[in-house]
Amino acid sequence: MAALLEVKNLKKYFPTNKGVVHAVDDVSFRLDAGKTMGVVGESGCGKSTLGRTIIHLQNSTDGQILFAGEDVTHVKGKELKKLRENMQIIFQDPYSSLNPRMSVHDTIVEPLILSGKFKGPALEKEADRLMDMVGIESRLRGAYPHEMDGGRRQRVGIGRALALNPKFIVCDEPVSALDVSIQAQVLNLLMDLQDEFNLTYMFVTHDLSVVRHISDSICVMYLGQLVETCDTKELFECQLHPYSKALLSAIPSTDIHHPTKRIVIKGEIISPIDPKPGCRFAARCPHACERCHQPQQLEEVTPGHYVACCRVRELNEAFSRT
Amino acid sequence: MPDTAVKMSKGAKRGGQRPPKKLARTGSALYVWQRICQNPLALAGVIAICVMIILSILSPFFLKYDYSTIDMTSACATPSAEHLFGCDELGRDILARILYGARYTLSVGFLSVAISATLGIALGAAAGYFGGIVDQIVMRFLDIMAAFPQLLLAIAISAVLGTGFDKCIYALGISGIPHFARMMRANILTIRGQEFVEAATSINCSKLRIILRHVIPNAIAPLIVEVSMSIAGAGLAASSLSFIGLGVQPPAPEWGAMLASARNYIRLYPHMIMFPGLFIMISVLSFNLIGDAIRDALDPKLKD
Repeated sequence: MAALLEVKNLKKYFPTNKGVVHAVDDVSFRLDAGKTMGVVGESGCGKSTLGRTIIHLQNSTDGQILFAGEDVTHVKGKELKKLRENMQIIFQDPYSSLNPRMSVHDTIVEPLILSGKFKGPALEKEADRLMDMVGIESRLRGAYPHEMDGGRRQRVGIGRALALNPKFIVCDEPVSALDVSIQAQVLNLLMDLQDEFNLTYMFVTHDLSVVRHISDSICVMYLGQLVETCDTKELFECQLHPYSKALLSAIPSTDIHHPTKRIVIKGEIISPIDPKPGCRFAARCPHACERCHQPQQLEEVTPGHYVACCRVRELNEAFSRT
Repeated sequence: MPDTAVKMSKGAKRGGQRPPKKLARTGSALYVWQRICQNPLALAGVIAICVMIILSILSPFFLKYDYSTIDMTSACATPSAEHLFGCDELGRDILARILYGARYTLSVGFLSVAISATLGIALGAAAGYFGGIVDQIVMRFLDIMAAFPQLLLAIAISAVLGTGFDKCIYALGISGIPHFARMMRANILTIRGQEFVEAATSINCSKLRIILRHVIPNAIAPLIVEVSMSIAGAGLAASSLSFIGLGVQPPAPEWGAMLASARNYIRLYPHMIMFPGLFIMISVLSFNLIGDAIRDALDPKLKD
């Protein structure tokens, strides 16, 4: 099956006064239609920037983005417009992602009007259908964002994203600003919509329990680089990169007889401004050696399991022996 | 039966209140007007301004005296049945002068602020939204203008353009631009970074539509109040220009010019300065009340 989205060596650098920030550095992955890929990592590791660069809210510095087999890296004008109808984004903060001066109805019909496909009664009918689909009561059509709770606002954001029938949606931490009980509702809504319309999600989050629930595969990022990617099940059972191990060991265990052994990483994140070549995690990695300062390649260690660590084989042999 | 009981109690509750009136679409001009009508202070402001405009237009038809007829026998006359507001130092009827002068003062205020607000908001919005080189060029140019005190700039511009009523409007309008542009830019900068602007890009909004529909409506509230205050300020600045001979030319009775000439007699004949002052105050107050009401009407958070 051809991948819906393929990203090859994508780079996004931000020039600043102090130097060039390598927000996304050489990230490659592929994502099949109808699947969900989770992207995890700590704050500031470039997860959101990756999502925004893919849907062309920011221009990429280098690399290639292939969507449905076509190179869309540098599309402009009409083609970009068409691409955006297929790629949408759901934002993290439902408080700032909705225009406070536009009612629910206005927010949801705006993409429909801009697409030029709907007019008059058909427009109203489509708006009603969308509101029903994302579970907003029709009595709220004239409501303003400040009159609604976070969950309902997020539903409006989802409705706006779905208005143009996109194939691919970047979910930029869509539930992290919400109350836990509402989180479940919104996640279930997203999963139901995926089943119904065969949507493909790129789910950016730092909440590992959420990502485990919703994703088919996971990418772990550290300082702009992809360090490990594989199926969700496999990652939670056997992480191979030292950073992934440390990250997953941070999930609190509910089993008092088998508490997780927390791997505490020392030191601080190195600056993303003009970083040295080599593994970015090397400065904090307990297993770092000379070779770690060479550029690292993403290597297929077991089928479908890619890791960017030169010592991955020896380290994991040592672990499996003990 | 319990059903009817519930219905009745609901009905009884509603009976005490007036049913809420159906309002037009939020944000439409009709809606703003309906909201102003609900606000007694703003309505008073609208009425005061309208009355002034109507009286000013009709004054030549019902007043006994002309605004420019000099009658030295009644110079500095205090208010009486003959001259309701008294006379000025040349014996001209102050009531006639005030009513006739309203057309100058109010239109200078309106038109000059319309010029400076429109251009200022457009330039400030462009500078704030696009940033970078556009911001640098626009704002540095406006900084040069802002480096001169507004009145001095207006004097310089009217010295170039020449004297007269229309030139005075241009001078004040142009000299007010940097102030509005600066305010608008600062507001735009706080709005621009928010996610709903990004969301608008992602649903294929054009840049112009983003600015007009998403950015400006969220940044304009403080400016509406500023516009209403500036209308009053512009009227005063116009009188300063008239005072040094660059604005409205005598014998045209501009309120500020009347204040300026009457201030020499403030101890002996306070009525000469009091009446024009009173009218300036009423018009300033009215504009401010209207401005406040418009701002509230445009903010969906203050709906009820």
